[in-house]
Amino acid sequence: MPNALEILVIEDDSQIRRFLRAALAAEQFRCHEAVNAAEGIAQAQARQPDLILLDLGLPDRDGLEVIRSIRQSSQVPILVLSARGQEKDKIEALDAGADDFVSKPFAVGELLARIRAALRRSATIRDGAEGATFRAGMIAVDLAARVVRVGDAEVHLTPIEFRLLEALVRHAGKVITQRQLLVEVWGPQHSEQAQYLRVYMTQLRRKLETDPARPRHLRTEPGVGYRFVID
Amino acid sequence: MIESDRPNPEEVLARVQETVRRESRGRLKIFFGASPGVGKTFAMLEAARRERRAGVDVVVGVVETHGRAETEVLLEGLEILPRRSVAHRGITLQEFDIDAALARRPGILLVDELAHTNAPGSRHAKRWQDVLELIDAGISVYTTLNVQHLDSLNDQVAQITGVVVRETIPDSVLDQADDVELIDLPVEELRRRLEGGKVYIPDQAQRAMESFFRPGNLTALRELALRRTADCVDAQVRNYRRDNAIQSTWPVTERLMVSIGPSPFSAKLIRAARRIADRLKAEWIVAYVETPGQAAANPEIRMRVSAALRLAEQLGAETVTLTGARVAESLLAYARNRNVSRIVLGKRAGPLWRRLLAGSVFDELVAQSGDIEIIAISGEPNPVPPPRFRSTSRTAVNWAELAGAVAVVALVTAVSLPLRSVLDPVNLVMFYLLGVVAVALRSGRASALLASALSVAAFDFFCVPPHLTFAVSDYEYLVTFAVMLTVAVVIASLTIRIRLQAAHAAEREGRTHSLYRLTRELGGESQWMEVAKTASAIAQEVFGTKVILFFPEQQGKVSFRCRTSEDLPLPTSEEGIAQWVFDHGKKAGKGMDTLSGATALYLPLKGAQTTLGVLAIVPSESARLESPDQMHLLEIFASQTALALERTQAALSAQEAQVRAEAEQMRSSLLSAVSHDLRTPLATITGAASSLRIQRDQLDDATQTELLESIELEADRLSRLVNNLLEMTRIRSGGVTVRREWHPVEELIGAALIRLERVLGARPVHVEIPDGLMVSGDDVLLEQVVWNILENASKYTPPGSPAWIHARASGDLGDHGGVEIEIRDSGPGFAPGEEQQIWERFYRGKQASTAEASRGAGLGLAICRAIASAHGGRIEAATHPQGGAVIRLYLPNPEPPPQIPHAERA
Repeated sequence: MPNALEILVIEDDSQIRRFLRAALAAEQFRCHEAVNAAEGIAQAQARQPDLILLDLGLPDRDGLEVIRSIRQSSQVPILVLSARGQEKDKIEALDAGADDFVSKPFAVGELLARIRAALRRSATIRDGAEGATFRAGMIAVDLAARVVRVGDAEVHLTPIEFRLLEALVRHAGKVITQRQLLVEVWGPQHSEQAQYLRVYMTQLRRKLETDPARPRHLRTEPGVGYRFVID
Repeated sequence: MIESDRPNPEEVLARVQETVRRESRGRLKIFFGASPGVGKTFAMLEAARRERRAGVDVVVGVVETHGRAETEVLLEGLEILPRRSVAHRGITLQEFDIDAALARRPGILLVDELAHTNAPGSRHAKRWQDVLELIDAGISVYTTLNVQHLDSLNDQVAQITGVVVRETIPDSVLDQADDVELIDLPVEELRRRLEGGKVYIPDQAQRAMESFFRPGNLTALRELALRRTADCVDAQVRNYRRDNAIQSTWPVTERLMVSIGPSPFSAKLIRAARRIADRLKAEWIVAYVETPGQAAANPEIRMRVSAALRLAEQLGAETVTLTGARVAESLLAYARNRNVSRIVLGKRAGPLWRRLLAGSVFDELVAQSGDIEIIAISGEPNPVPPPRFRSTSRTAVNWAELAGAVAVVALVTAVSLPLRSVLDPVNLVMFYLLGVVAVALRSGRASALLASALSVAAFDFFCVPPHLTFAVSDYEYLVTFAVMLTVAVVIASLTIRIRLQAAHAAEREGRTHSLYRLTRELGGESQWMEVAKTASAIAQEVFGTKVILFFPEQQGKVSFRCRTSEDLPLPTSEEGIAQWVFDHGKKAGKGMDTLSGATALYLPLKGAQTTLGVLAIVPSESARLESPDQMHLLEIFASQTALALERTQAALSAQEAQVRAEAEQMRSSLLSAVSHDLRTPLATITGAASSLRIQRDQLDDATQTELLESIELEADRLSRLVNNLLEMTRIRSGGVTVRREWHPVEELIGAALIRLERVLGARPVHVEIPDGLMVSGDDVLLEQVVWNILENASKYTPPGSPAWIHARASGDLGDHGGVEIEIRDSGPGFAPGEEQQIWERFYRGKQASTAEASRGAGLGLAICRAIASAHGGRIEAATHPQGGAVIRLYLPNPEPPPQIPHAERA
């Protein structure tokens, strides 16, 4: 399989590596393995993988250092594996340049969905394929025309709501921290006013979601940020 | 009458305790003799050698052979402790070394001459105190004693021999002895030994000793010794009879009371009373009645009385100080109260006029005693005049006061002169009496008497015709003078007495007040060191001198580092004294018999069970600790402080016990949670996985899928359980910090519902949240609360049953209102009373209809409650009238909710 996408797994636990290897192989990915941070950074440079799965709790160095080191030379998507209850670590990892996270323990389905979303986004950026109409369930967003529809009905959004949706769509499938959203929508000087962001998110949900109390697409990651789920 | 044959159980208990105490103590054997030279030391050494042959570890602490060869021979082969050298006024004295003896711990220690007085600077003033400490430490002691050294016989011996023996020991020491062996020698034989130079007599005492060893004296001393030994044997018989419940043949209700005064005769009275009490087998009380005028006036009287009371205590009496204006009245009231059968007092003639005027105590007692017998002991004529007059005349001459008295009389005269023509001279007397009262109110007795006399003289000279002469025209005036003088003197003494009474009352009040303050302020303290600091501060105020409390640091070692005050006004070399006091529970230091060379006085802080520390007080001019009142007050201070300290300790250990019990319960619950709730899903996972691996070929596709599903489900459950356990541990250890921010309620509930999608399955959840409702809190924690409640509900309800979530703003939650979130399911609700219990850790619902429900660790709701209270809110459970459990979460707003700009709300 010469065209198979390559994924680097940086994880010290051999059982998790084993199961990841099997799951990824079943999806036609080529899997490389590193058991510590040093080896991980070396392989990331040598192999130039299409995606990196990184465990934050490595024996030799902090996972954050690995992210920063890789980000110096590469925009490869990085998916962080971390435990629930460590929201602070997740935010730090995301702000350091990680693309997304998966909480341990996780099901294979969830992991594969995140991997696909991350790969798709990096392909979109690489191919410059922005501007087309974005679809997620009943929602259709035409970024160029600034038109949003739910089903057949056009939805009127305020400028801020639209900018918010635009940011979410651009990072679709991937978690985006509150800080990142605030900077993107309101500008760097408003990065602390998270409650405005939350209020606009609920308004957006009320306009776009069928059941805003059980959102299909505009999901909250408590303590971390938001995620636009496509399917 | 079976009951009377049985000893009182409390007495039996006391005796058992006494036996236990005695067993842990060493035995005391006293070789008792009538005079020097009878061979006590010799007998002691012989007995010691016998014991050594029997294999007992015998060591000589101190034995005086006085160079006699026959005694020295007996010392050969015995281990002898080295003496301690003490330098005193240029002479080096060889003293018994108690510390060496305590360190050596022999089976039997020989300590000669029990009545010996130790060199100044030794730990104890007397050797008998050394011996008692050794016994307490479990070392048996052999010692020697002559009859003339016994306190109670001291005066009799002096009477017989004419020699006053200064080295005395309390009779209680002899009474404590396990064995008393009388070493008896016929008088003639003793005389022969004396003539043969076999009795050691110090050179300087040669002449006194010659008269001492007269045959008559020796016979009398021998009789005393025999009688005293017989008393000891008698006491042993009595104890034996008591121990074996042989009915007592004498009434034990006899109780003797001795009334003493400040006279030196009291010592003799006390000794006589002790002999009477011994003969009657009676308890005895020594009482001193403090009359207001007397007590406050003279420190010398107090000293004398306290010395007498100490002697009485040493002789085994109970002592009491009574207060009252009339001696006889107070004595009789106390005697009746204590069921005293006889009162002993000294028969001493006071001045005739005084007896006529005030009546003697003796007469009053006899008149009012009723069925109490009065025993009068005749006193020798007093060699010294009554102390009161002597001391006042010597110390209290205050010239300013006397001048004041003269001035007052002069003033009265100046006022009287112009009135002489208007008023009858008899009325002028009243002015003079007023003057005397004025003097008596401010000055001492002497000034008042002077004012009385001067008044009579001035009245005569200026107011009685013929004026300006002492001559009297009318002899009736002589009656006026006499009555005037008497009235003036009586008024003066009564006024002074009232004044002193008031001063005395004030002093007592002050003492009571300071004790009241101590108890009150200590009552409010709950920390050990706070109690100690408060107590030492109050003591410092009351006694007017530095007071420090010391406590043991580890393993009962008192440390000067662990103390209540920053500065240390004591030499650190005295740490050993504090340690001694702590170990023995007895006071020592300056002014005491023990370790009197110290800078401070050390008192043990004795609680009900143990000694808790040591109180050190540095006596100064202002702190007159020698007075028995002050000492008594200090002791009460120490014991109150000790009790307060003990109380804090008890409270602390009770608290610790509770914490331990809680931790223990937590641990066992956790163990059961871990053992059951973790193992069950693990068993499923292991079983299903191994089955898939080994039997895959035999299993059809459907079964394989089923097994795989159960692995996934069980792993999920395990994950939730571990999360809850971790969360709970984090909350319990205080690791949770609430990151408060404003969140839309809808967003929190939405996140929880999404995460619960699989758990809730087909259960419809109806959500009703007002538009824009915000809550202040930590989103991760609050989402966890909603998640836990819903997850819990799913365990108790069948699939498909609906649930409701209802949120609203509430005005009742504090100043800025708050948010109320109600989650209701359609399950069975709670059993009565369960609404409170469900919040406890490891509680599992009784209504668990499904097997599912019994599979949690019972942590979820406990976590919810902890999170709610971390947010300053609360959480409540109830059963809905239409069925189903209702959980309400109340979260107050710490500030008004933020206003979102209207313009943006399209």
